[in-house]
Amino acid sequence: MSDLSYKVIVGLEIHVQLCTRTKMFCGCALRFGTEANSRVCPVCLGLPGALPVMNRQAVEHAILAAMALDCTVAEFTKWDRKSYYYPDLPKNYQISQYDLPLGSHGHIEIPLEDGTTRSIRIRRVHLEEDAGKNVHAAGNFSQVDLNRAGTPLLEIVTEPDLSSPEQVRALAVELQRIVRYLGVSEADMQKGHMRFEPNVNLVIDRAAQQFKTPIAEVKNLNSFRALERSVAYEIRRQLDDFLETGRTMQMGNKSTRGWNDVDEVTVLQREKEEAHDYRYFPDPDLVPVVTTPQWIDEIRARLCELPVRRQVRYVQQYGLSAYDAGVLTADRSTADFFEQAVGAGGDPKRVCNLLTQVGLKLAKDRGRDLPGLGLEPGAVAALAAMIDRGAVSASAGNTILQAMVETGKKPEVLAQELNLIQKSDAGELEGLVDQVLAENAAAVAGVKEGGKKSQKARAFLVGQVMQKTKGQANPKVVSEILNSKLGGS
Amino acid sequence: MADLTAMELRDRIAAGQTSSVEATRAILERIERLNPAVGAYLSVFPEQALEAAQAVDRRIAAGERVGPLAGVPVAIKDVLCTTFGTTTCGSRILQSFQAPYNATVVRKLLEADAVIVGKTNMDEFAMGSSTENSGLGRTVNPWDPTRVPGGSSGGSAAAVAADLCYAALGSDTGGSIRQPASFCGVVGLKPTYGRVSRYGLVAYGSSLDQVGPVAHTVADAALLLQVIAGHDPADSTSIDEQVAPVSDYLAGFDEAVTGLRIGIASAYNAGADPAVHAAVSRAVEGYRGAGAEIVAVDMPHLDYAIAAYYVIATAEASSNLARYDGVHYGYRSPNAQDYIEVYTKSREEAFGKEVKRRIMLGTYALSSGYYDAYYLKALKVRNLIRGDFVRAFERCDCLMMPVAPTTAFPIGEKTDDPLKMYLADIYTVGINLAGIPGISVPCGFDEAGLPIGLQIVGPAFSEAKLLRIARMHEARTDWHRRRPGNLR
Repeated sequence: MSDLSYKVIVGLEIHVQLCTRTKMFCGCALRFGTEANSRVCPVCLGLPGALPVMNRQAVEHAILAAMALDCTVAEFTKWDRKSYYYPDLPKNYQISQYDLPLGSHGHIEIPLEDGTTRSIRIRRVHLEEDAGKNVHAAGNFSQVDLNRAGTPLLEIVTEPDLSSPEQVRALAVELQRIVRYLGVSEADMQKGHMRFEPNVNLVIDRAAQQFKTPIAEVKNLNSFRALERSVAYEIRRQLDDFLETGRTMQMGNKSTRGWNDVDEVTVLQREKEEAHDYRYFPDPDLVPVVTTPQWIDEIRARLCELPVRRQVRYVQQYGLSAYDAGVLTADRSTADFFEQAVGAGGDPKRVCNLLTQVGLKLAKDRGRDLPGLGLEPGAVAALAAMIDRGAVSASAGNTILQAMVETGKKPEVLAQELNLIQKSDAGELEGLVDQVLAENAAAVAGVKEGGKKSQKARAFLVGQVMQKTKGQANPKVVSEILNSKLGGS
Repeated sequence: MADLTAMELRDRIAAGQTSSVEATRAILERIERLNPAVGAYLSVFPEQALEAAQAVDRRIAAGERVGPLAGVPVAIKDVLCTTFGTTTCGSRILQSFQAPYNATVVRKLLEADAVIVGKTNMDEFAMGSSTENSGLGRTVNPWDPTRVPGGSSGGSAAAVAADLCYAALGSDTGGSIRQPASFCGVVGLKPTYGRVSRYGLVAYGSSLDQVGPVAHTVADAALLLQVIAGHDPADSTSIDEQVAPVSDYLAGFDEAVTGLRIGIASAYNAGADPAVHAAVSRAVEGYRGAGAEIVAVDMPHLDYAIAAYYVIATAEASSNLARYDGVHYGYRSPNAQDYIEVYTKSREEAFGKEVKRRIMLGTYALSSGYYDAYYLKALKVRNLIRGDFVRAFERCDCLMMPVAPTTAFPIGEKTDDPLKMYLADIYTVGINLAGIPGISVPCGFDEAGLPIGLQIVGPAFSEAKLLRIARMHEARTDWHRRRPGNLR
């Protein structure tokens, strides 16, 4: 065992549901959770004689995503039929893209735990229509709901560049962030907007020999947690299997496995890769897509700074922690708001604290995004400035921000109304300090003793002054006065 | 009255000389009397037709504006979806299928105030050249009930020939309008691919299918084409009218095309039966006599048209027909034990032999490892054939050739030999592969008294000119006025 080492090889296939107004090839509205078979028409039902018409918005969304993933966008692409029989597939073929995907040869930068990033190659990005859903409710029959049939799906396939469950998760999370930033998908995991299929195997070095375990593809994962855990499980399983059987990768021994969310294990679905012949051929009902330079330019104008870039910039430009930068850039509207407040003169760290400690929490409680709270970026900048110059304490600042959301009033007004203006007038505070010193001889003695006890006694005295001012004294000023009277610091 | 042309009838109705109700009643009476023998119709809608006729008559009486087919009883091939009646495609698998929408061409007919009297028989899913492949009924040739009417739009051609309607719509994937028109002595036009919407036309070979008119005269064909032509946003393959505008097909219709150059591929034309060849040659001589120039053209790749056609059409069909699976609509086998058997048994029990044969051929052609050798190669041949036509049309305005190598053949003659049946499409499939328009006009009869058709083929979107050229022949001859004697 001791001379064994291994590398993890994972490639990921991701399906992302695009947030278009209508379905991929017909005029049915895209909506979640309506009555079964209520959003269907002759086209998405695959009725005889019905013909598909391409949704231009879906293609633009897909091209935008391909651009964000640094792909080469095809100048000429087409639609292909992928044939297979399944009850949720009304035409028994899926309209997809085979040999000419919309995007190819891209990259995605994913954040690593150490704060650096890694570039993962994207093999292809293509557009296709989703199938419906088979419902096995009860009894000796199944039902088919075709509301989802024809929903535009973006399929993204990475090269096998990922080397740990954490990286696989990071890529998935990053992709979610990107498609949300671009506004091409809600990427809501609860609604099944993102589905993952990792291909996993190991390269094992033992006794100066290299072995590759058979590839396993885990189908249809719909949470980050299931994705990460299924890959972790596969690594353990494949290692055990290799040690036990010595089985290695061969032509046709790729297997397909499902994820059991309760037992947290993968379960074998198909041992040998069935010679699936999808009989792809160009769909004669649709015309090829030619992406003119002008069209590409129009779409490119909608590109924005990608979240991972923005996160790194926040650390470098504003000196934020990687964690805070991550929180602020998780959502484009939050990051935009943050930058507007900073642009209005707010100190980045102060603004960051206000937004991450209070703003995002309030937004979440109200089920909105940050701009949905109705705050003026300028007002948040003003509040940050008040904290900065000691007019209010940091904790009072949080109270004021909440009140701003609730009342819509300006921070200066609220600080007065709520009596949260700090007393920083040294003359006024000096009298209070003298009074406290006189009343607490024991503590004064404690300070003079030095050491740990001295620190404790100082804090106690500051606390007494704060109490007398009902928390409105600026603790920094109080400390300074105390120090000048008692010496030391 | 049944022997009026559609246009004559329309004008008489408009002028109050007769009524649509009268014309419709007469047609319904003929259908009742003659359809049991001819078998042109799969379904007839007497009440609906009379109601529509009454409505038109009322509107005309009230001085309202009416459409270009106001009050004219027409038939449509049962491959076009209609919200009324069933849409069967001549197949048991759709025997009771009711479409929830009208095909675009059906909507256009109704908007033109046509009276749709019924839906006509056809080879199952338009696969065939004799209408013998219908799973739902038998149609005979009105000129000789022992012979086929041609196919796959055999019902539409027989209905027009037997005066069971004034005009009809058919569909043409490899000759399915022109060949039955030729066999039944009527006019049949396959428009340029993309000229007429395919929305609601149940697909056979999607890249080849086109809806077109079957009529007694070239003018009636022009009239119907005018109604159904045009871009349809629901069909991505229908052509943008800014690229190819729909012209007025009847404007200058009777004016001869001056300086007409007719291309003839002699070796190719000589493959037809002597009677057919002679009749076509006489028709061409007629043009020459009227001042046309005859140009010899070479069509080196047309020999491969049948092979390419039966790969491409069947490949597309194998995919288009995958949806008839017993799950969502149509026939479901009562014998299925699980969902796989729902597929296999429903299809096995309800599809006819020829449909199964073509699904298997097409599936094979698209299979991994065979795709390049069959499907891709067929696409290359298709391009070469297109090129042959493009080059030919640099030297002439149109090509003339037979529609079919023979006249209508006896029922049952070719049913056991599919290859022989396929070869009967030799003169028509190339035109579908090239996506260009072709028209069949009556040009004579053989010794047995069976009609012969002349095929005139033009470049893409040249329908207006093609119709004028066809009219030049029609104006000189009276073949189109003849009617089968036994069906008066």
